[in-house]
Amino acid sequence: MGNETVKSENIIELRHVMRQYDDNGFIAVHDFNLEVKRGEFVTFLGPSGCGKTTTLRMIAGFDIPTSGEILLNGKSITSLPPYERPINTVFQRYALFPHMNIYDNIAFGLRQKKVAKDVIDRKVKRMLSLVDLEGFEDRSVSTLSGGQQQRIAIARALVNEPEILLLDEPLGALDLKMRQEMQIELKAMHDRLGITFIYVTHDQEEALTMSDKIVVMSEGEIQQIGTPEDIYNEPKNAFVADFIGESNIFGGIMTGKLTTRFCGGEFVCVDDVPEGTHITAVVRPEDVEITKPENGTIRGVVTAVIFKGMHYEITIQSGKNEIVARSTRSANVGDRVGICLEPDGIHIMIAEDHTNTFQVDINKDYRLEYNGQLLHASLTKLIKGGKRQEDGTIIDANGEVIDLSRIRVMASIQPEDIDMTDNQEEGLIQGNISNLIYLGSHYLYIIHTELEQDFAVYDEDLWNMGDRVGLIMPTEKMSFTIKK
Amino acid sequence: MRFSRKNLGIPYMLFLILFVIAPLAVLVYYAFTNGSGQFTLMNFIGFFTNPNTVGTLFYSLAIAAVTTIVCVLLAYPLAYILATSHFRAKSVIVMIFVMPMWINFSLRITALKEVLTFLEGNLAMHPFLNAVIGMSYDFLPFMILPIYTTISRLDRSLLEAAADLGADEKTAFWKVTLPLSMPGVISGVSMVFLPAMTNYVVLDMLYNSTYIMGSLIGSYFSAYNWHGGSMIALILLAFICLFTLLTGTGEDANPRGGSAL
Repeated sequence: MGNETVKSENIIELRHVMRQYDDNGFIAVHDFNLEVKRGEFVTFLGPSGCGKTTTLRMIAGFDIPTSGEILLNGKSITSLPPYERPINTVFQRYALFPHMNIYDNIAFGLRQKKVAKDVIDRKVKRMLSLVDLEGFEDRSVSTLSGGQQQRIAIARALVNEPEILLLDEPLGALDLKMRQEMQIELKAMHDRLGITFIYVTHDQEEALTMSDKIVVMSEGEIQQIGTPEDIYNEPKNAFVADFIGESNIFGGIMTGKLTTRFCGGEFVCVDDVPEGTHITAVVRPEDVEITKPENGTIRGVVTAVIFKGMHYEITIQSGKNEIVARSTRSANVGDRVGICLEPDGIHIMIAEDHTNTFQVDINKDYRLEYNGQLLHASLTKLIKGGKRQEDGTIIDANGEVIDLSRIRVMASIQPEDIDMTDNQEEGLIQGNISNLIYLGSHYLYIIHTELEQDFAVYDEDLWNMGDRVGLIMPTEKMSFTIKK
Repeated sequence: MRFSRKNLGIPYMLFLILFVIAPLAVLVYYAFTNGSGQFTLMNFIGFFTNPNTVGTLFYSLAIAAVTTIVCVLLAYPLAYILATSHFRAKSVIVMIFVMPMWINFSLRITALKEVLTFLEGNLAMHPFLNAVIGMSYDFLPFMILPIYTTISRLDRSLLEAAADLGADEKTAFWKVTLPLSMPGVISGVSMVFLPAMTNYVVLDMLYNSTYIMGSLIGSYFSAYNWHGGSMIALILLAFICLFTLLTGTGEDANPRGGSAL
């Protein structure tokens, strides 16, 4: 494909876009790269605070990237004010003008462009019929239901015939039934109008239903870009697997070519990963097959059965692991069962290294400190031929005094060596749980600390999101390295 | 007697009768009777046929109108800038403008009198100007606060929506911010306009011998003409009711209202 065709296909491109807030230095969006083709329905999906709305606002022009570039049809619009961009937005809480009637709300954009009165009249009427609200011209905003206001907000944006329509969680305030109806209508509208839609949501079902392309985000970074099928069937990492649909996630290791061991059993898989690699295996509940105990690769005991209408959700305890299965046949709590997994039902990902690495301080007595607390580790031993002198300074093998401003000491600790405690004072540092993923036999927690660092911790107990905890990190489990 | 929640209302009921309904009844009684206690419309007719009283009415209206306009012109830009700036200490600045309200009234006006005397020499030369200056100085905070509050409560996403639909900052102000801050302006106007018609103490303290409605009523009462004075008070009350009604209905159409009255 020639370079030129690529250019004309991409309506909008984000290149290395980064957004850092001035007041607290928080990085909302980090190195965001995305190409959107003309007419695509792209969804930014992620939990709240993942940077999806900030990204959308940068495309709309309400937020300016700290660095990076946004290209519209190949031309930079990075610092163009919103009123000069051929892009319109449907706001989360609609943001209809309460002092204007429906007609004036929809006509607002066209009037700014000095469009002739009769043209405005015709276009507003057509928009009202498109969103099925003919005859609402003179109604005031406050007399409309949430769903009707939503349609007006869409009409108000679409009447300007934007090149891109941005939708910021537009269905979040509607009840379930209304939301499902609007999903179908929005999708139909997109197909009919051929306008590029960029949609923001935290609802994975919504994203899977409507999108051509999904951008899964977490903590300001893109986790995966792909079609709904890709994202569901081939999640790139444990976060995506956990966020999209229900998943069983296990830590394991490759035992041979196309064989892997996790959850206390050896399984054949279809992903070719070198032997000995630590892996994360994702198994969707519908891919778990319940058999008689003697026929299963692994065995377990049913601990819970929930009727879900179309199927039963059956929880099985196998050793330390908990496995959720989806089946049309019921089971009884306490039943001993076997479990089989088809090779194509197992998704293998190379395990992320969760080793925590952080910088520790050296105080003026040449001792190691972290978060103002003394660590029981010797700096002297870290330096080749290091010796402590009487005045407390340390000299290296060449007899030169170590210049503290020229070295940095990094500590690293494994997630299983950190303990969480409710008694925050006990911990070396305190923080809040910002993320948790169930990995079969234990949970992976991400703790965001006061020093703006993220620690990965394994723990068998269930804690809540947002819990404030102290992290106990024994110095003897840490390893230290010196960086000059 | 069994206790019922209704009984809790009794003290308020008594208060209402004693301090609202009874004085109003007395006022109405005096306004429509003559010295011998007989019903008459003479007080009413007298007010509108006497060129002095009608003149005072128009003079008061003029002072109140000019004062209100001056206050709006001063308060709106200030309230707008403060409400929309990202300046951290803006609440402190609002407080500085409101602070004169906490200083004793007569002290404040005396200070103003000294300043004006220094600037103008003889205060009696510019009665209208001095009245407007005194009133504006006194009532400005009542205009700033409601406007500031409505603008700072304005939904930011409405301005983003306006920008999104192609309106630059200036257009967004005229089409969105200004109309949506009108409830604040109206509530400010109602808090400035009406007192400005009657607060003759400001004029008295500025050695201003011209009459406004308040001083007119006072003069009737000090001349023991309770009947005439009551009628003027009643007419003023009718004015206030009319004014509130007019501005009040204007706000009902706007769900973001919030009047101080």
